[in-house]
Amino acid sequence: MITEEQTNQAVAEILSLHKKEKKNLIPLLQEVQTKLGYLSKKTMQDIADFLEMPEVEVWGVATFYNQFRFVPLGKYHTMVCMGTACHLAGGRLILEALERELDIKVGETAEDGNFSLERVACIGCCMLAPVIVIRDKIHPKMTPFKVEEALIPYKQETQKEKS
Amino acid sequence: MFNVTFEEINNRAKSEWEALQKGSYILVGTATCGRAAGAMDVVDAFNNELTRQGLAVPIIQVGCTGLCYADPLVVISKAGSLRVVYANVTPEIVPRLVEGYVAGDDPCLELALGTLEGCNGEAVYIPELPRFEHELRLILRRCGCTDPENISHYIANDGYSGLGKALKMSPEEIVGELKKSGLRGRGGAGFPTHRKWELCRKARSTPKCVICNADEGDPGAFMDRVVLESDPHQVIEGMIIAGYVVGAEQGYIYVRAEYPLAIERVQIALKRAGELGFLGDNILGSGFGFHIEIAAGAGAFVSGEETALIAAVEGKMSTPRPRPPYPVELGLWDKPTLLNNVKTFAYVPLIVKRGADWFASNGTEGSKGTAVFTLAGKVANSGLAEVPMGTTLRELIYDIGGGIAKEKQFKAVQIGGPSGGCLPETLLDIPIDYDSLREAGSMMGSGGMIVMDEDNCMVDAARFFLDFSTRESCGKCTMCRLGTLQMLNILEDITAGRGKIEDIDLLLALAEDVKIGSLCGLGKTAPNPVLTTLRYFRDEYDAHVLEKRCPARVCPELTAYYILPDKCDRACEHCVLTCPTEAIKGGKGEVKIIDQEKCSKCGTCLEVCPPEYNAVVKLSPVSLLPSPNLSERRARK
Repeated sequence: MITEEQTNQAVAEILSLHKKEKKNLIPLLQEVQTKLGYLSKKTMQDIADFLEMPEVEVWGVATFYNQFRFVPLGKYHTMVCMGTACHLAGGRLILEALERELDIKVGETAEDGNFSLERVACIGCCMLAPVIVIRDKIHPKMTPFKVEEALIPYKQETQKEKS
Repeated sequence: MFNVTFEEINNRAKSEWEALQKGSYILVGTATCGRAAGAMDVVDAFNNELTRQGLAVPIIQVGCTGLCYADPLVVISKAGSLRVVYANVTPEIVPRLVEGYVAGDDPCLELALGTLEGCNGEAVYIPELPRFEHELRLILRRCGCTDPENISHYIANDGYSGLGKALKMSPEEIVGELKKSGLRGRGGAGFPTHRKWELCRKARSTPKCVICNADEGDPGAFMDRVVLESDPHQVIEGMIIAGYVVGAEQGYIYVRAEYPLAIERVQIALKRAGELGFLGDNILGSGFGFHIEIAAGAGAFVSGEETALIAAVEGKMSTPRPRPPYPVELGLWDKPTLLNNVKTFAYVPLIVKRGADWFASNGTEGSKGTAVFTLAGKVANSGLAEVPMGTTLRELIYDIGGGIAKEKQFKAVQIGGPSGGCLPETLLDIPIDYDSLREAGSMMGSGGMIVMDEDNCMVDAARFFLDFSTRESCGKCTMCRLGTLQMLNILEDITAGRGKIEDIDLLLALAEDVKIGSLCGLGKTAPNPVLTTLRYFRDEYDAHVLEKRCPARVCPELTAYYILPDKCDRACEHCVLTCPTEAIKGGKGEVKIIDQEKCSKCGTCLEVCPPEYNAVVKLSPVSLLPSPNLSERRARK
C-alpha cells in the first residue's frame, strides 16, 4: 500500500516532466494511471491545478475515455475481450463464468483487492477467440470450464499470501 | 552531398543484410498475435537450447506473416539451404529443431509448414501454401521476415529509397503520381488520396501538420496493429513524404493505448530513423525538416473519425464537429492537417518508388492496388491477407482462409465492423472494392472481416454491434445517443423472446432517422449491421419474433439445454461435477437431468460431455423440452 505522501511525490514527479500545455492532459492522466493504477480525485485536482484548467474539464476528459479508472485495480486484474470474434465464440459465457468464479460484477474490484474484472472492446487476438487477460498474460481459446482452471494458480497464490 | 549519404547508409544496410544471409539465423514471429500464442516462451526455449549446445545463431524477433492460425511461427534459415517454416511451435519441440536443422542437416520436415521464399526485394511467400497464389503483398511484403526494430533490414529491402526519390521530385509531381495511381484512403471511406494531399498543400495557413490514424477501434480488425508491429518504417516513410508534399514539419501517429507493442516498436523506429537522418531538421541534406511524435489514444471508438481524433490529440474529449471546414483547411489547432490511415501512408513510398502505373495495374477500375483484410471468426485459417482489389469474397474466405472451421456451414461474413454489414452466401461472388461493397449495404471499412457459421445468430450479431455503437457513441448527437439505444432495446426484446412483429418496422424507421440525424460516421453507419441482417436474414428475425425460436440456438432466453436420456451414459458424472450452478441431478448409474430453473445456460455440460456420448443438446424454442414428468419417467426406465 502506498502512502499519500508517496502518491503526491509520484504525481509531482510526473508533472515535472511535462510542459504546462493543455495537449498534455491525456498523457498526464495516462502516466499517473500507469504509475498508481487508477486516478483518484486528488490526483486529478493536482493535474487540473498544474495545467491551470477547471477540474471539471479534467474530469470530463478522464470519464470520456475507456482507459481511465477511478477505483484501484485488483492485484490480478482480469480483462475479458468482448470484440466481435470473441463474442461470436461465446464471449458472453466467459464473462458470466468470470463473474461467477470471482464473485464480482464486471467493472468491480473484489473487497480483498485480489481480483478486478473489466470488459475490453478488442485486444486484436481474434484468431485465439475467446480470450481473457489475467495480469497481462493472455489466455487463449477460453471456455467456461477453462476459466475455472485458468484462475486456479492465481487463487492459490492469494491463498498462500493469506496464510 | 545527400546522394552520397543515402548511398552510404544504403550500402551499409545492404552489407549487414547480406552478411546475415551468409549464416544461419532463426526468425520468431513476436507480434501481439504470436505472443498470445506463446512466442516469447519459444524465444526463451531457443535461447536456452542454443546456449546449451554452444551454438551462436542469432534469433531475430520479427512481425507477423499473416498466418496467425499457425502462431507461434518460426523460420530457420541456413545459407545455401532451404529456409524452413514451422507452425504452432511449442518450447517442447525446440530442442528437436535445434538438434535437427540448426546444428544438423535434417530440416524436420514432419514439423514443417513449408519454405519461406522472397524477402530480397520481393514479397515474402510460402510456395507450399496455395493461398499465396491468390495474394499480392505490397505493404505486407516485409512482414514476418525483417526485424521491425532494425532499420537496416528495412533499408536493405528497398526502405527509404522512396523518400530519397521523392525529395528529388517536386510536391506537384508527387501529387500527380498519386492521382495517376488512383490510391484511395484505406481508412474505409475511400476518399481519393491525391485530392486530400492537394487540398492540404494548397491551404495557406501554417504551420501544417500530418497525422497518421492508427486508432483501429473496430473490434475484430487488427491489420494496422500488424503493420505497425511488423514493418513500422514504411508508415514513417510515407508520413515524411506527406510532410514534404503538403509543407508540414510536424507529424503525429495516433495509436490506440490497447496496442502497447505497436507503440513500443514505432517509438524505436522513430528513434532509429532520427539517428540516420530520415527525420530531423534537415532530412538527407535536402533542407526539409520533419518530426514525428506518438500520441497514445485513451480508448474511444469515435476517435477514428478525423475531427474527433484531432480533438483527442489536442487533449480534449474526442467528439466530432461538423464538416466542412475539413481538417485539410482547419485541423489540429485550427491549422491545415493531413490525416490518413496507416495503410494509406504505407502505400506511398512504394508508389513513389515503383511508379503510379505499376500500382494502378492492380485492382479494378474504381479501386486500385490491394486491400488488406483480417480474417477472423469461424474461418479455418484466421489471420491477415493482402489481395488485389476485385478479388471475390469467396476466394478470400475459401482459398485463402481455408473455408469454415470444423466443417460447419457458412452463414454470413461481416465486413467493416460496427459500421459495416453482414453479407450472405449468395453475395460471396461480389468483388471486393469500395463500390461493390457499398452497393451490397456493407462497406470496406477498416478491413476487418468476421466469418460466421451456422452456430451464430444473426439477430444476436446485430444486437452485439449495436450494443458496441451505443456504448461508444460520444453523446453529441441525440439520434446517435438515444436512437441507437432505442434500437438496442428493441433487439434485446427480440432476442429475449419479447419481440412484436411491428418492432421490425420500427427498427427500420429508427435506422433511417439515426443515419440522417448523426453528424459523424459512427452514427451514420451504426444502423448498417441491423439493416443488412434484416435485408438478408429476415427469416431469423421472424423466427425470434413469431416462434420464439433462435435458429442458431444462441439467444439464452430462447434456448434450453437438455440431456438425451438414451445417449447419457449413466456411469459418467462429468456434467454433474462441473456444473457451476449444481443444476444437474442424478447420482451414479442414473440418467442425468438438468433443472431448468437452476440452469444458467453456460454450456459447460455440453463442453464436458465426452464425445462418445454427445448426450447434451440445445433446444429452441424452449417449448421443445419434454415435460418434466416425461423425462423423469424415461430416466427411471
